[in-house]
Amino acid sequence: MELLLPQSLAEAADMVAAALAEERPLSVLGQGGKLGLGQPTAQPVGLSTRKLSGITLYEPGELVLSCGAGTPLAEIEATLAERQQQLAFEPPDASTWYGAAPGQATMGGVFATNLAGPRRFKAGAPRDHLLGVQCVTGRGEAIKTGGRVVKNVTGYDLCKLLSGSFGTLAVMGHVTFKVLPAPECVQTLAIFGEDLADLAARLRKAAGTAFEISGAALLPAGAAGRSGVDALRESGGAVALLRVEGVRPSVEDRMQGLISEVVGRSLPHLVLAEESIALWQRIRDLRVLPDRPVLWRLSVAPTEGVAAARALTNLGADLFLDQVGGQIFAVMDSPSAAEVRALVAGGGHATLLRAPDAIRSTIPVFQPQPAPLASLAVRVKNAFDPRQILEPGRMTLAA
Amino acid sequence: MHMPPPDEGILARREEIVAALRAIVPGEGVIADQVGLRPYECDALSAYRAVPIAVVLPSTVEEVSAVLAWCHREKVKVVPRGAGTSLSGGSLPLVDGIVLGMGKFNRILDIDFENRTVTAQPGVTNLGITKAVEHAGFYYAPDPSSQIACSIGGNIAENSGGVHCLKYGLTTNNVLGIEMVLPTGEIVRLGGKHLDSEGYDLLGLMTGSEGLLGVVTEVTVRILQKPPVARAVLMGFASSEQGGDTVASIIGAGIIPGGLEMMDRPAIQAAEDFLHAGYPLDVEALLICELDGPEVEVNHLIETVAGIARQHGATTIRVSQSEEERLLFWAGRKAAFPAVGRISPDYYCMDGTIPRARLAEVLAGMQEMSKRYGLRVANVFHAGDGNLHPLILFDANKPDELQKAEAFGSDILKLCVEVGGVLTGEHGVGVEKRDLMPTMFTEADLNQQIRVKCAFDPEQILNPGKVFPKLHRCAEMGRLHVSGGRVPFADLPRF
Repeated sequence: MELLLPQSLAEAADMVAAALAEERPLSVLGQGGKLGLGQPTAQPVGLSTRKLSGITLYEPGELVLSCGAGTPLAEIEATLAERQQQLAFEPPDASTWYGAAPGQATMGGVFATNLAGPRRFKAGAPRDHLLGVQCVTGRGEAIKTGGRVVKNVTGYDLCKLLSGSFGTLAVMGHVTFKVLPAPECVQTLAIFGEDLADLAARLRKAAGTAFEISGAALLPAGAAGRSGVDALRESGGAVALLRVEGVRPSVEDRMQGLISEVVGRSLPHLVLAEESIALWQRIRDLRVLPDRPVLWRLSVAPTEGVAAARALTNLGADLFLDQVGGQIFAVMDSPSAAEVRALVAGGGHATLLRAPDAIRSTIPVFQPQPAPLASLAVRVKNAFDPRQILEPGRMTLAA
Repeated sequence: MHMPPPDEGILARREEIVAALRAIVPGEGVIADQVGLRPYECDALSAYRAVPIAVVLPSTVEEVSAVLAWCHREKVKVVPRGAGTSLSGGSLPLVDGIVLGMGKFNRILDIDFENRTVTAQPGVTNLGITKAVEHAGFYYAPDPSSQIACSIGGNIAENSGGVHCLKYGLTTNNVLGIEMVLPTGEIVRLGGKHLDSEGYDLLGLMTGSEGLLGVVTEVTVRILQKPPVARAVLMGFASSEQGGDTVASIIGAGIIPGGLEMMDRPAIQAAEDFLHAGYPLDVEALLICELDGPEVEVNHLIETVAGIARQHGATTIRVSQSEEERLLFWAGRKAAFPAVGRISPDYYCMDGTIPRARLAEVLAGMQEMSKRYGLRVANVFHAGDGNLHPLILFDANKPDELQKAEAFGSDILKLCVEVGGVLTGEHGVGVEKRDLMPTMFTEADLNQQIRVKCAFDPEQILNPGKVFPKLHRCAEMGRLHVSGGRVPFADLPRF
């Protein structure tokens, strides 16, 4: 792919306008590490934001940071760590799912794909933290939306619309987002058992307490074996994991509360301290799954997770459950799309996060929508990009 | 503030419109007599009033759909209305339109403790959701001060906040799903009990769209377990800078309080005179910081907060020693609006957000404006997130004072934008801040928002005249000006 590398938002606007004049579609990317997510597109020219890089504002006392969309995620995380802050939505290093080296992600890509880590159910997704965007629409116009303050209802919240839009509406050039304090202490309660349904019920019970858990995952034996934690591997069975974060006295107190309310005396359990950070990174980056060509993510009500997981296991998947059991990551050799999508028919969605191009050319990557919603989505796309210049076909399968 | 001139053609069809609505919604569900319409002539921004052609009160989603489909076809304007508590005129009627009142949608449909969700009809009050689940220790976190009256559907339309949103988020961070009717009458569902719907985040877009994109007919929200303990610290400072610095230091120390509120001297004085909460009267800024969570955490952090206040020169530091004392600290703040109402015949509540570091400058600017306009101003401030509520004191019976108060308010909001803030933090644009939108947005910015509106509502029947300063025809917005024959930037770096 030939790359356009604008050095400013104005230059990006000129490039989109030129593409528009020539009716020449553009791929939109940062480093391009996540181009494997979405329907395959093969644009000869890509517009990369990687030169729109650098932090322009960071005010720890106001919990806000602004940077060029091409700024590496790693640079942001390192800067935040110096002030004991973090991105609460815990973005995964998703480029590695598509064969890229670790640490490739840009902030623009983080927001454009809206992928969140294990803290999602408590702290939200990237879309919940994006406060302001400067971008270039498919009309070649530079616009802004939002601002640099958390509380803002001035005009439509286009930040939400741009989050997870995969570059199909506008090229994000500059982003402003909310940051939060990083916890001083992290502990994880591991509960061992054989019965996934019982363990999942314990996750839900924990999520309904006031102990403010910030991670709730369920690893079947296979995933537990790849967790990188000896004690989990050696148990040989499934494990439910509950993460507690905060100031040390509070973490210790809540951990005791969780053990007495959620575990009782009935099941073996242990508390992980030092291993916690690496363990949850492994879960976040899906490194507890074996390397198989097809990767699905299912999102359902937490109470529906185990039934869906069992059905996926019967389809030959390796998997684990996150988000209190409401999200399943499953790897397989072939997509079995009809069977997988049937599992979310009662509410939810299934995303084909990874599959060979040939498969994604014939199967919708994103959950197909009912007709009124699908046509509304087309109208929204046209409102930003009437000539289909930006990433056409990335989010919908060509008819 | 002027509304677009009414469409005489529509006004001439009044009887036909009422009859058509009666054919869809039977019996008392259509109000068209002048006495019955009166209660709907304004919302909580009562300075602006208009009597609509009719008020229709459907009780099923099918009725909502049929009303909108008919109005879409006949190009009759529709103003959706929840509880009518908007402070920005979001549900101000149009004289050539109808009001679609959602008050009959007042049932809670599903309480699901295992998935931590409540599904309710949009007319259920914000507090009604908490009431339905508090027996099991749960609550719904966003708590706008009108929570006893405001509806959850209205909360979605306005993306309502409240004092707890620094820690627990706004409506948009707590809503999981909705069912809504598009202006065409089509019924769609977004989200549900699961996380993150796919495709474009239309749920996020709908939240805070002020009734311009669709009518919400069902809402699913996340509920949380109530924190076991809450304690508050009351801190007084000789200057607003010290108060602001204390807030920055608390947050910089990694503490996200459940509530963090500031009041200036006139607000402190009015509240203390009204309620005798024991506020110090010799300070320029009063800060209330509430910490909630497990007891051991709250006790640990509250000492840290008191220490930070001491370092910044607080002249008063009181830590609540009982639930009664905590509630007393809050009583003055929560009664700040009526307290100000007591010392002035009328007041006008503003709602800007600023980067917190600019607080002292903005307060000084307001004092200067106060002298210039000859009107007093008192400030209450969601200090944690920079959301300012200046209350402008005036007397509507004096000629020109309302206009002066409006002009004063506009100047305050322009100052907020100038220092890097925004026109509205939680009350919405509505009609109130509509004409100020160009101070924050360029024409290109606004036109893109209008194009989104057109994607949902090509005939612009839903709440026209709100949010956007100028009405444009959708066809005109869609035009694309492509300059032909441009050089394709051969000199730009590529590889």
